[in-house]
Amino acid sequence: MKYLSEYRDPVLAQKVIENIKKISHTPVNLMEVCGTHTVAISKNGIRQVMPKTVTLLSGPGCPVCVTANEDIDKAIWLARQSGVILATFGDMMKVPGSYSSLSAEKAEGVDIRVVYSTLDALQIADDNPDKKVIFFGVGFETTSPTIALSILEARKRGLKNYSVLARHKLIPPAMAALLSLGEVKLHGFICPGHVSTIIGSKPYKFIAEEHGIPCVISGFEPLDVLQTIYMLVRQAENGEARVEVQYKRSVRSEGNTTALKILDEVFEVCDADWRGIGIIPNSGFKLKEDYSDFDADKIFDVEVPPPKDDPPGCSCGEILRGVKFPYQCKLFGKACTPERPIGPCMVSSEGACAAYYRYGTG
Amino acid sequence: MCLGIPAKIVKIDERQIAEIEIGGIIRKASLQLVPEAKVGDYVIAHAGFAIQILDEKEAQETLKLLEAFSEIPE
Ligand code: SF4
Repeated sequence: MKYLSEYRDPVLAQKVIENIKKISHTPVNLMEVCGTHTVAISKNGIRQVMPKTVTLLSGPGCPVCVTANEDIDKAIWLARQSGVILATFGDMMKVPGSYSSLSAEKAEGVDIRVVYSTLDALQIADDNPDKKVIFFGVGFETTSPTIALSILEARKRGLKNYSVLARHKLIPPAMAALLSLGEVKLHGFICPGHVSTIIGSKPYKFIAEEHGIPCVISGFEPLDVLQTIYMLVRQAENGEARVEVQYKRSVRSEGNTTALKILDEVFEVCDADWRGIGIIPNSGFKLKEDYSDFDADKIFDVEVPPPKDDPPGCSCGEILRGVKFPYQCKLFGKACTPERPIGPCMVSSEGACAAYYRYGTG
Repeated sequence: MCLGIPAKIVKIDERQIAEIEIGGIIRKASLQLVPEAKVGDYVIAHAGFAIQILDEKEAQETLKLLEAFSEIPE
């Protein structure tokens, strides 16, 4: 398959691994920020073939996992209001909030619809003029333009019954927050390929320049990830800290300017609450004042009881900060499995616990 | 949920909705984020939208760089 199989050649992969081994002398901790990378690394057994000097840590890059309990509680509260249809992406359904989950509510008869795209949510609004359709919008910079577009489209079509509960998050501020927490010593970031397809390479510059941490934007096939690790190790060994792009076939330095313009039209940056980390300044998107008639936070007076912490024993917070490996959680694979997940990191297909469970702990 | 997959554009309608082919399966994706995309282009599809056109030349360059690993003497 074009743009896929070429980057899966096992003979070439072996060569890249040998070269990583050859140039790596000093121990480094490299963090993959994106959940899709966590899956790619686990699935292809990349952790297992690394030299002893290279440790790969998983970061907070799964939007489902980092959604705070309180925000899930709010989505559930909204879904329960009469005359409301709540639409969201499938991954959000099973994640437990403080008191319930969207799928448990749906089983109770609450009108919650899983959609593949925001355009499907608009269609639901079109088809149900007597109902209020709320889209529970989570996701990083990759997904937020698709939500922004749905708002522009709703205004264009004159839809009065569509709104968004916007809980979008931005990756570079979260990377900086992890560095300032100082809990883990990092020597390089494997930066997310599709977030960067939208934002470009510039937003990572301050991480390289001010924090002195090498950043390489990576594709998702095994050879992409291996080449990225090689590039990061090379920078670390040379004492450099730059932003490099491995995933050049998709990432332009300026990003996707059409998408960025749309984001800028609809959203403004705000503080956001991350599970396991807390409030990170300027790390989220909210709707601009001009779009408040599409803002579920403004249209409804949401009232939820104070959120509860993660279930006892669940280490998702530490896993999202790269402080613990999934297998270091005492519930991992015992009380907590993908069939009976306890925390979001096991629920989401891109969660670190689910990836380690499915493909081995390496 | 951030999964993005390379897909080939096979058809575009007047509302900028494309039929895209992913491993022999046809799906739909909006081209509003890549208005310049044409039939035959490969795009990254994510949550019902194409988010970028893949750059053939850059793809070849990356492969060339990767292949150079084989030539580094032992
Ligand atoms: S294994 Fe389960 S309980 Fe433990 S951190 Fe992961 S999701 Fe939470």
